[in-house]
Amino acid sequence: MVKYMKIAVGQGSCGIAAGAGKVYKALSEQGLGSVLAKTGCIGMCFLEPIVDIYGDDGQLKRLVKVSEADAEKIARFVKEGDEEAIRSLEISCEDSEFLTKQTRIALRNCGIIDPENIDEYVARGGYSAIEKALDMTPEQVIETIKVSGLAGRGGAGFPTWFKWNAARQSVSDTKYIICNADEGDPGAFMDRAVIESDPHNLIEGMLIGAYAIGAKEAVVYVRAEYPLAIERLTKAIAQAKEKGYLGQNILGKGFSCEMRIKAGAGAFVCGEETALIESLEGQRGMPRLKPPFPAQSGYWNEPSNINNVETFANVAWIITNGGEAFAEMGTENGKGTKVFALTGKVKRGGLVEIPMGKTLRDVIFDIGGGMRSDKAFKAVQLGGPSGGCIPAALIDTVIDYKSLSATGAIMGSGGMVVMDESTCMVGMARFFLDFTTKESCGKCVHCRIGTKRMMEILDRICKGEGKQGDIELLEELCVSIKDGALCGLGQTAPNPVLTTIKYFRNEYEAHIEERKCPAGECVELISYSIDPEKCRGCSLCAKKCPVSAIDGVIKQPHKIDTEKCIKCGNCKAVCKFSAVVCE
Amino acid sequence: MSCCCENKSDLTLLADVLNEYKSVKGSLITILQHAQEIYGYLPEDVLRHIAEQTDIPVAKVLGVATFYTQFRFKPVGKYLIMLCQGTACHVNGSERIAAAIKEELGIEDGQTTDDGLFSIKHVACLGCCSLSPVMMINGDTYGNLTPDKAKQILRELKNEE
Ligand SMILES: Cc1cc2nc3c(=O)[nH]c(=O)nc-3n(C[C@H](O)[C@H](O)[C@H](O)COP(=O)(O)O)c2cc1C
Ligand code: SF4
Ligand code: SF4
Ligand code: SF4
Ligand code: FES
Ligand code: FES
Repeated sequence: MVKYMKIAVGQGSCGIAAGAGKVYKALSEQGLGSVLAKTGCIGMCFLEPIVDIYGDDGQLKRLVKVSEADAEKIARFVKEGDEEAIRSLEISCEDSEFLTKQTRIALRNCGIIDPENIDEYVARGGYSAIEKALDMTPEQVIETIKVSGLAGRGGAGFPTWFKWNAARQSVSDTKYIICNADEGDPGAFMDRAVIESDPHNLIEGMLIGAYAIGAKEAVVYVRAEYPLAIERLTKAIAQAKEKGYLGQNILGKGFSCEMRIKAGAGAFVCGEETALIESLEGQRGMPRLKPPFPAQSGYWNEPSNINNVETFANVAWIITNGGEAFAEMGTENGKGTKVFALTGKVKRGGLVEIPMGKTLRDVIFDIGGGMRSDKAFKAVQLGGPSGGCIPAALIDTVIDYKSLSATGAIMGSGGMVVMDESTCMVGMARFFLDFTTKESCGKCVHCRIGTKRMMEILDRICKGEGKQGDIELLEELCVSIKDGALCGLGQTAPNPVLTTIKYFRNEYEAHIEERKCPAGECVELISYSIDPEKCRGCSLCAKKCPVSAIDGVIKQPHKIDTEKCIKCGNCKAVCKFSAVVCE
Repeated sequence: MSCCCENKSDLTLLADVLNEYKSVKGSLITILQHAQEIYGYLPEDVLRHIAEQTDIPVAKVLGVATFYTQFRFKPVGKYLIMLCQGTACHVNGSERIAAAIKEELGIEDGQTTDDGLFSIKHVACLGCCSLSPVMMINGDTYGNLTPDKAKQILRELKNEE
């Protein structure tokens, strides 16, 4: 009989949120403690909690959407080999394609190793890249990164070797290497997953960067909202120090580098690199004027290099496999892979890493399985509040820096939010602007006041009080904010508005001219009613209405009192006969 | 009610933190984070004490503290509900969850219930977008919320009291 060596339960934040912790506990109560292991996140969020069972025949059984109640079945399978017990939990072929269609470099260990155990990272070749790098000259390391074509994954897509080289060239005894793990885009979680699932990969990438630029101190700036990431990275740093991969005289090769974590305190603008430096210094996170660039004068006015988590997560792989291997993937305008956090109305949401050069269709339909409901795909938002949306007509756009920018959106850091017909694009633009208005640091007038003015206009459009000329006014404000803002936050804040106007102008016009929200989302512009033809009088809607606005006799058509109705949409959601109409 | 300028927080609780960080430059935010962990929020006398001990002007301590959304200046309820208003949660109906919480507890963003049990704060992305809409209560994450499910969770917490 096959012996089951390891039962790994995925324990990323979202796995835990889905109940992975309870499943783990239930499995240990079944007496499986000796083979039970924790792992990070495989990125199949839509199937969490996930349990992987490894047999000594090399086979892997992946069980999905496991609940506590399934523990007993799993125990039966592991102890008695009862295949039937777990059949219904096994991942389907279709769902497995979510992973098999990906190419994983930055995420290569995620969900496979135990992030709290350095030996598992080392067993998969971990820390061999730093050893190799330390036998190269810093210039050779930078050259390898140059050959790889690696560009910053934090949003701007700036060539990594160039920044490293600039910091290398700056002369100083003290230099810093900093990791930007602020992950501010409200709909993205790639960086969190990497730190939670493979923290040593980040540490190793940062060490190689430190060696390349000549830094002896490394700082990771992590968002305060990511407690688990902070906890795992803290453990990982301690383990790496203990094993001699971090600290003084690393691997006996004469290079020393210390690493510490600084928790952010909640401010989107601190993701901007100069604001991040201000925040590291204990100040309000207000962006500084560039130049000087951090490579010349950054943290404590010393040469500093800041990279995103995913950027660093590619570095060890590149050193091990060579720059050419990385550059082989992708297109002329984007090398290697990119990780996306695929969410929204898509069927299979999670972490997707693909070589650049694939299309949006490949990601959203092939890997993501298309829409969750029967509604049609409408648009996809890339790059969060700094990015833009790309409409269904451009679904075949190639994923690389240049092609995405050509649409008016950006590659961004990897947030990919899919929207269907039920999402109002004006509402979407308003949502992002509301965010940037609140997050503007207030230093520049254009950004501070301009976004407020835009917000007022969008507010009135969504309320059905829009005026002729509002669209043009918005466009005008967009231009002046872009020109007048000091940092990327202000410069990119108009993007969601500009792209929605560009691709969904008719939706703006419907709000303004006809006082209608075509997607049926803007509350002020819609009303709910029941179609008497379709209503079977089951009364379910009446039970679910929070304000008792629905009346009717059982088995007879019901009616909504529009005076009372607060437009919560509960009735439409529960009606099994699609009798509730919203227009 | 005592006057707000009266010293009432036990400042000795902060001694270790101050000893560790007060002479490390750039540590103000770290000190504030520890202080908030100890007191649950940042009382005025604590902020003044930090200013004195670190030799940073009070105005600057306040300036930094008010810049970041993590810091609170009023006590929060026993259960702090962080309701995600990130993009994915927005697209999947987080506003309806906010409405349901308001129906159940009568509070909205930034408020605390009269019995001091619940506070609610809107936050941007908790990093569990695939389970959107999501809320986190005292570190536990609840995903795939519906208005009913959210109310149910709050009721269970109430019943535990
Ligand atoms: C408002 C604003 C927010 C940003 N947020 C982030 C972030 O959360 N994470 C990140 O890596 N980069 C962020 N950036 C980009 C950084 O300024 C910087 O370009 C990046 O960290 C550099 O790393 P990379 O070259 O590896 O991409 C942000 C920029 C702006 C203007
Ligand atoms: S553009 Fe906005 S966020 Fe950036 S510095 Fe100016 S006011 Fe601050
Ligand atoms: S739930 Fe639908 S079918 Fe039932 S009473 Fe309401 S509208 Fe009619
Ligand atoms: S939309 Fe909400 S308030 Fe209006 S009738 Fe339906 S359930 Fe009641
Ligand atoms: S399951 Fe880990 S990010 Fe979703
Ligand atoms: S948008 Fe809510 S968890 Fe990410």
